[in-house]
Amino acid sequence: MPAIAIQEETPAMLKQAATSPIATLDNVTKRYDTTTALDGLSLALHPGEVVALLGPNGAGKSTAVRLMLGLASPTIGNVRIFGSDPRSAVTRTRVGAMLQVARVIEALKVREHIDLFRSYYPHPLPFAEIVRIAQLQGIEDRMFGKLSGGQKQRVLFALALCGDPDLIFLDEPTVGLDIEARRGLWQQIRTLAARGKTVLLTTHYLEEADTLAHRIVVINKGRIVSEGTPAEIKRMSGGRQIRCHTSLTQDFLLTLPSVTSVIENAGITTITTQHAEQVVREMLLTDPTLSGLEVASPALEDAFLALTKS
Amino acid sequence: MSTAAIPYPTTGLAHTLRIYGKETRYEFMKLLRTRSFSLSVIGFPVMFYLLFGIANRNSYGGVNVAKYALGGYACFGMIGAALFGIGVGLAAERAAGWLELKRASPMPVAAYLFAKCASAVAFGLIIVATLMVLAVALGGVSLTPTEILKMFGMTVVGGVSFASMGLLLAQLVPANAAPGIVNLIYLPMSFLSGLWVPIRFMPHSLQHFAPALPTYHLSQLVLAIFGYQDAMAASAHWTALAGFTMLMLGISWLIFHRREQNA
Repeated sequence: MPAIAIQEETPAMLKQAATSPIATLDNVTKRYDTTTALDGLSLALHPGEVVALLGPNGAGKSTAVRLMLGLASPTIGNVRIFGSDPRSAVTRTRVGAMLQVARVIEALKVREHIDLFRSYYPHPLPFAEIVRIAQLQGIEDRMFGKLSGGQKQRVLFALALCGDPDLIFLDEPTVGLDIEARRGLWQQIRTLAARGKTVLLTTHYLEEADTLAHRIVVINKGRIVSEGTPAEIKRMSGGRQIRCHTSLTQDFLLTLPSVTSVIENAGITTITTQHAEQVVREMLLTDPTLSGLEVASPALEDAFLALTKS
Repeated sequence: MSTAAIPYPTTGLAHTLRIYGKETRYEFMKLLRTRSFSLSVIGFPVMFYLLFGIANRNSYGGVNVAKYALGGYACFGMIGAALFGIGVGLAAERAAGWLELKRASPMPVAAYLFAKCASAVAFGLIIVATLMVLAVALGGVSLTPTEILKMFGMTVVGGVSFASMGLLLAQLVPANAAPGIVNLIYLPMSFLSGLWVPIRFMPHSLQHFAPALPTYHLSQLVLAIFGYQDAMAASAHWTALAGFTMLMLGISWLIFHRREQNA
């Protein structure tokens, strides 16, 4: 039903239309000695939206985050956070970050790490609230070095929340976690979104972007390849797939409107098309013996591979 | 709404002091709990002093050996705390990305550096206090209250001075090589400036080289508390130590600044 699809996509779009962005990369190029990490990238984050920056390793995701945190400055272009320089101390009180840290101080307790980070901010979240959101109950007094991988990531997530920031950057938040820990962190990220926070998330897990983000920005080699809602990104990758047993020949199927490919394998025919309904109707009319019909959207994974291939 | 233009009130002095306090407290606790640091940085000067200082209870020409050695090993200890606590610690935190996460927060960088420096000084004070207790209890050394206070005062001076060298090393040295490289600098420098064996017992060529080392000037200022200094004027030692500290801080600042611009 098209009505549902519209409902799903409206909130983020309304917000985009109604408010000006709170964070922008304006035509930013970032070069290191020999490599170009970002190549004329523009990105705007609007209040309350969850944006996933999706791309393979080395696409420039972390560089974009570092620029928006004021940890690096652009070679060309402009970075603005809340209308000012990301390096200013006042801006930093409104921003939280979860970065890829190889080794956190292990000889401090969870409680002490949080206590220290809370002290940096003028209006920190209450300790108990941080513990609740990041689900650290019961491990507050454990040394960081004694935690499991998932617990460590949750503490890093908690540190990003300490200042009750309006804008949160999560750089590969679930990298290296098992599926259960990953799902747990997703739930916590959704809690943030529900509190009206703006979240920029980088990931190379497509499922993660699909399940969390209002908007996905696919980047590769420092440029935006594609941008849209998860549904739009899937649509851009070249339609849906019809699978069935049929006696119709490949040559005939290729003459049907908008069919881009037909593959037959072990008696099952797979047809890729933009207009699946039309094609199915035609096939059912011409082949009464048709059976085992399935119509599927491509996984975001396939869409992503199609988009970043070139 | 005009109030929306000012999202947060300007933060006060109390808030800033609280950050400095917590940063320092947790840095010190971290170092104390990291046994590889706390045991070796306290243990080595104490062990060396017991072996080479207290075991030898003689006097040569009005110089009490155990008291003379107290000056040398006190310097050895405070310098070790500064070079390992800051040099190795900061290099590791920089390489692991931990420093970057902190810099993305509103933490003042000065609070981070202050905490590192103050913790190194605190370890220096612990080491020097331990050595003085051993000297009095086991070495038959007598210390006046003025001498004790001056020892603590010089520990602060030495700790801050060599913290600057730790800062520079942390910027230059790769984290995984830092402990080795710091030892390669720290141990020969300590030996050559007479922290272990009095300079006058060393070959003449080495004796002439000692004034080129900052450790020599620190040790002469410490030994002067007991009246055991060489002929050179105290002002020359102060100038040399201050110059060394400025040089280290200056180069560190240049490197930091260049990195920031290339970041």
